[in-house]
Amino acid sequence: MTLDGAAAAAAASPGPVVMTDPTPAGRFGEFGGRFVPESLVPACAELEQAFRRFWADEAFRDEYRSLLSSYAGRPTVVTECHRLGTQLGVRLLLKREDLAHTGSHKINNVLGQALLARAMGKGRLIAETGAGQHGVATATAAALFGLDCHVYMGATDVRRQEVNVFRMRLLGADVTAVSSGSATLKDAINEAMRDWVATVEHTHYCIGSVMGPHPYPWMVREFQRVIGDEAREQCRSLLDGSDPDVVVACVGGGSNAAGTFAGFAGTRARLVGVEPAGGAAIGKGTAGVVHGMRSKLLQDDAGQVLEAHSVSAGLDYPGVGPEHAYLDSVGRATYEAVGDAEVLDAFELLSRTEGIVPALEPAHALAWVVREAGRSVPRGSTVLMTLSGRGDKDVAQVMEMGRG
Amino acid sequence: MTSTDLPTARGADGRPAERSSFETAMRARKAGGAKLVVPYVTGGMGTDWVEVLAAVVLAGADAVEVGIPFSDPVMDGPVIQEASRLALEAGATPASVLASAASAQVSVPVIAMTYYNIVFHHGLQRFAEMLAGSRFSGSIVPDLPLEEAGPWMAESRAAGLDNVLLVAPTTPPDRAEAICAAGSGFVYGVGLMGVTGERSELADSALEVARRLKAITDLPVLVGVGVTDAAQAARVCEVADGVIVGSALVRRLLSGEGAQGAGEFVAQLRGAVDRG
Ligand SMILES: Cc1ncc(COP(=O)(O)O)c(C=O)c1O
Repeated sequence: MTLDGAAAAAAASPGPVVMTDPTPAGRFGEFGGRFVPESLVPACAELEQAFRRFWADEAFRDEYRSLLSSYAGRPTVVTECHRLGTQLGVRLLLKREDLAHTGSHKINNVLGQALLARAMGKGRLIAETGAGQHGVATATAAALFGLDCHVYMGATDVRRQEVNVFRMRLLGADVTAVSSGSATLKDAINEAMRDWVATVEHTHYCIGSVMGPHPYPWMVREFQRVIGDEAREQCRSLLDGSDPDVVVACVGGGSNAAGTFAGFAGTRARLVGVEPAGGAAIGKGTAGVVHGMRSKLLQDDAGQVLEAHSVSAGLDYPGVGPEHAYLDSVGRATYEAVGDAEVLDAFELLSRTEGIVPALEPAHALAWVVREAGRSVPRGSTVLMTLSGRGDKDVAQVMEMGRG
Repeated sequence: MTSTDLPTARGADGRPAERSSFETAMRARKAGGAKLVVPYVTGGMGTDWVEVLAAVVLAGADAVEVGIPFSDPVMDGPVIQEASRLALEAGATPASVLASAASAQVSVPVIAMTYYNIVFHHGLQRFAEMLAGSRFSGSIVPDLPLEEAGPWMAESRAAGLDNVLLVAPTTPPDRAEAICAAGSGFVYGVGLMGVTGERSELADSALEVARRLKAITDLPVLVGVGVTDAAQAARVCEVADGVIVGSALVRRLLSGEGAQGAGEFVAQLRGAVDRG
């Protein structure tokens, strides 16, 4: 091949096709799978079948879509940040998941799973929660559908997210504070899995992110892809038919990022996931198996899972969804880390310049944009950032830290 | 996944793999009409845990399950979680547990019970060699179901180790058969829906799972999870070929009963299942 020919072939090459269905065994490349106790294998298989059947069924999708619009308030708007954009020298668009019912993107996933639980005849939902947003969303869906609900939350998070604990109880859920291990999200997941092992016949485990055993990483991404699908069309109408240069979202387990990326994987946009520096599973982790999935995680020399440390309870997790590990391995998305101090600055910056108080989780994504504007994000670029939730839940915590 | 994709106990040439000395010993005990008593001990928990191993063997254990502690034991209830936490806090590592267990030179087979990340992190081949090198007979990895077990089963077979697989009360019949065909050593019937821990009553599912397994396999059938005292153990052994007792023993260790208390408890189990 001539040099010109090679260059043309490279330019025409679309790169790896990503964010399609996983393999039948639930793999994204080498990541994913179903590493659960035998007691749970039949339930995962049943859920996979139910999801495959209903996701291909127009009547089910219509019901899901109408819940999203009439109950959750979708579509959420895209807001252009004029003052902050000018300050940073980039065009900054926010996908406003903070405006969805219950205040974050978590409701998108929960409504889908609650519909599936009902279809499978399961009368009880259990969930883990970090910041409390997924717990609140699950408690909300349980109230809406008349299901019992039990939420597991690390004792540390119960302390830093008191108001969300009260909200869950107000919505009729039982909340258990988990004090084993690091008493954060990882341990809440362990405890929810232990509950599920005992109750699987009548209980659905409503996992809150793109993690866990197959089919969860795939199913949750599909329930969250509404973020990216809406945002792509909204960007096109704002940008005269073109796509943003950079698409960025924070990554805990990775559901708001996966849902966002799913809408843009087929465009030329640079996809960036932002992890907390103290919980950078992709940035600092190694391959491992925990919580039902093969992915990347923070672990010691012997294979013991390490505790994550982040100012944000929702990102305080040593693992990450397997599809992100895959997107990183093939280079379609990159993952960056930001520290707590930058995050708190970004939290205040968005509040002051745009009148939007973000949750600490998406403040990570913003902190990266602030750091990189004019550097790896050149002046004049267009950036779409998913603002995954509102900051009301974090106000008391930030106040106690003497900030604001 | 079709059943042809699932791992089996057969060697690469399609013939049944040679039976290990562990499985042969377990089958011989069973054939002689004896019931098998297999206590579980968390490796590295307490300074005297190696003496505990020796004591339970002296008290009549047919094999011992040694837990290699993991930070996130999702199949375990509060007692074994606490034991794992204490062991890790005391600095236990997979390598240190294996070395100590080997030094105990117990006269019955020892099997490892751990979670898959420990295996995976060391590398499957290397971990299989570590187990074999420490004279372990096999492993139980409760978060590694049949569909995911192929690579580990192949490596451990190559190292001469058995793969004990689990069947749960929710396992459908055809799947239970596939698990029995693939596993070796014995088959582990999970006695109830739930994590490890003591229960005041024996769950009906313990006898149910034993009955189902006895009808489909000639592997020794052992029931564990929830078996709490000598009477329950004897009841299980009316149907099953043996019992695995973990939390009830570990709780005694956590409350300071030591090697002597452990030995006395296992002697009670032994006596009860032998009287039938
Ligand atoms: C507002 C918000 N964003 C992000 C996350 C992190 O989850 P994920 O990475 O799955 O989007 C959370 C979790 O609690 C959250 O509340």
